[in-house]
Amino acid sequence: MPKIESVDHLTEYRRKLKASRDPKQPVVLVCGGPGCLPLGSENVAAAFKTAMAEKGLEGKVLLKTCGCQGLCANGVKVIIRPEEIAYQKVTPQDVPEIVEQTLVGGATVDRLVYHDPASGTACAHKGEVPFYKGQDPIVLRKLDLIDPESLDDYLAVGGYRTLRKVLFSMTPEQVIDQVERSGLRGRGGGGFPTGRKWRLARQAESAVRFIICNGDEGDPGAFMDRAVMEGDPHAIIEGMLVGAYAIGARQGYIYVRHEYPLAVKRLRLAIEQARDFGFLGDNILRSKFSFDLKISQGSGAFVCGEETALMASIEGFIGEPSPRPPYPAQAGLFGLPTVINNVETWANVPEIINMGPEWYAAKGTENSKGTKVFSLVGAVNNTGLVEVPMGTTLRQIIGDLGGGIKDGHPFKAVQTGGPSGGCIPEQFLDLPVDYDSLQQVGSIMGSGGMIVMDNTSCMVDVARYFIGFLYAESCGKCTPCREGLKQLKYLYEEITSGRGEMEHLKLMEDLCEAMSSASLCGLGQSAVNPVRSTLKYFRHEYEAHIKEKKCPALVCRPLLKYTIDPNTCTGCLACVRECPVGAISGIKKEAQEIDQELCIKCGLCYETCQFDAVKRE
Amino acid sequence: MDAERLEGILSKYEGESTDLIPVLQDIQDNYNYLPKDELKVVAQRLNVPLTQIYSVATFYTMFSLVPKGEHQLKVCLGTTCHLKGGQRLVDSIASRLGCDVGYTTKDGTFSLETVGCLGSCAQAPVMMIDDKYYARVTVDKVPKILKLYQK
Repeated sequence: MPKIESVDHLTEYRRKLKASRDPKQPVVLVCGGPGCLPLGSENVAAAFKTAMAEKGLEGKVLLKTCGCQGLCANGVKVIIRPEEIAYQKVTPQDVPEIVEQTLVGGATVDRLVYHDPASGTACAHKGEVPFYKGQDPIVLRKLDLIDPESLDDYLAVGGYRTLRKVLFSMTPEQVIDQVERSGLRGRGGGGFPTGRKWRLARQAESAVRFIICNGDEGDPGAFMDRAVMEGDPHAIIEGMLVGAYAIGARQGYIYVRHEYPLAVKRLRLAIEQARDFGFLGDNILRSKFSFDLKISQGSGAFVCGEETALMASIEGFIGEPSPRPPYPAQAGLFGLPTVINNVETWANVPEIINMGPEWYAAKGTENSKGTKVFSLVGAVNNTGLVEVPMGTTLRQIIGDLGGGIKDGHPFKAVQTGGPSGGCIPEQFLDLPVDYDSLQQVGSIMGSGGMIVMDNTSCMVDVARYFIGFLYAESCGKCTPCREGLKQLKYLYEEITSGRGEMEHLKLMEDLCEAMSSASLCGLGQSAVNPVRSTLKYFRHEYEAHIKEKKCPALVCRPLLKYTIDPNTCTGCLACVRECPVGAISGIKKEAQEIDQELCIKCGLCYETCQFDAVKRE
Repeated sequence: MDAERLEGILSKYEGESTDLIPVLQDIQDNYNYLPKDELKVVAQRLNVPLTQIYSVATFYTMFSLVPKGEHQLKVCLGTTCHLKGGQRLVDSIASRLGCDVGYTTKDGTFSLETVGCLGSCAQAPVMMIDDKYYARVTVDKVPKILKLYQK
């Protein structure tokens, strides 16, 4: 790959690249996203390589592993372009048939395409699948088009066009102005107007400024940032280049959590490519602008997603937040003005400048412009990543895109915003989703996790889970958060063990009040959301735990009882082997029995039994 | 102490105090823990007090001051995995390995940990051994997966 020395050189390189690429070139794109990778997408790609070689298709059909194709529930996903045939649930065994039928024969393999559950109609092309129909992808647009390890692929779809535009035809003020006019707000959860943040940093008196990409995606249930870092790393780099130019930064950091090894690898490679190519370094494209990037890896601390804690971590200290103001834009990393935005925010920037702020601002609602990526998971049929205009209703996202609730169970709640968010009940399903509306119902946008729950989820247990999570992750610096979470955790344990009392609920509300008003950072302030929202909308479930000592959803362990139905039990002893405390006994090939004194109610027998002989009540 | 091994890591850095966490990450990856003697050298070279190293090493969950096992087994307890029985998965693995969360098996093969979220929520419950992900891990799949790593 050559070093690009000037704008003309870039134009020439892109022209040659485009000329060398036939738009009708057949390409097989195997999804290597966060959903398909654990399902064995590497084996599917390997099977394609072998099968294509056998048919002499090497060189005629290209094979690529791309980023997330969205519909994770039906992985491993494969898209065949230019026809855009979308195959799903592909295993290595299916591959020879696809190669034979589609690549050689030009026909579709009907059994491997999406079928509309209601009508049974086959949707062979991506555009026909309901999951993709209601979407308007900006950040996710390139994920199923390019090989994330190829800079040429990114350039071929118009990559680094925006860098060139800002460096040679825009002043930093104009860039900030456009970002401000686009209405883009921070996608990490805070929702602070991005342009205003940039302006504050530019106006701060200092010779040195920094920019940071927050890739410490810690919210359980959210994986859009992982998908973008792994699937389109150059978009983040380009967005950061634009931001650095706008605020006058020479050095940037991408902070990635170490639980995402592939994201680290891809970003590292992309940075090297950009450096070799001349998009990072001194006098980029012979302009006066110089900028470089470093990767900083997290070490496993949720609180580091909080911006001041994250910066402390980059500086080599423990991730403890510090009080704001001063805000990072005034005094951030090493005490210098710093702009910190999350992955999705940065990935929006190139497209906003490229297409213009009006184009972006035309999408969304009055105070929340553009689109938002959600990770739609839990009890829906079509789990995966969706990107929709702000203002799309929960019903559209869960019903139309998500295909409704799995196994015909009734909907109970949708949890948004990670541990800082709340649980939203059915009565608000027609709520248009944006920053403000979610807050009004006691939740938050957060980074975009959207976890759908049906009647098999216990809302007391869900709140207990989040409190337990935050208790473990609280840095311990301020008292309201440290002690408040400890007490809340204790109260939840009491309630879910059948020792709860009605006064506990009042105590919980008081604790929430103290924590939300007195905690140092967002972690403690918003930790009350799961508690308050469940207390408000699902109080009857708390009351069932306290008054009747029952968990209606059959989740809270201490309130359950496991027995074995002697008529169905075959005496296969699978449960006996699985029981960690040796509570199950009986003669082989005869019905077994659970010793209730010994039973710890872990439910392993219930999950292991192939004959539904273990009963839970 | 293997001075050469440590030097191989330290030589990649400029010796600034801000290199502390990356250096510790490299040592953790290389040694599977943070050995005390090595940390003393790091303190000198980066000009960072040993107390700060101790605070960092005990704050972040990826660091360990005692040797970890050969394979790092991380069970996801993110929201979706929690709802889909992640805790049962942890219990089953812990019981099979005879090793609690946060500890290493007696034969040194596995260290068992739980993590906040691995980011493969659509395939819950998920676990990871070293850099490999395992999807939709129901309890009955556990013995087969563990066998792949056991000697």
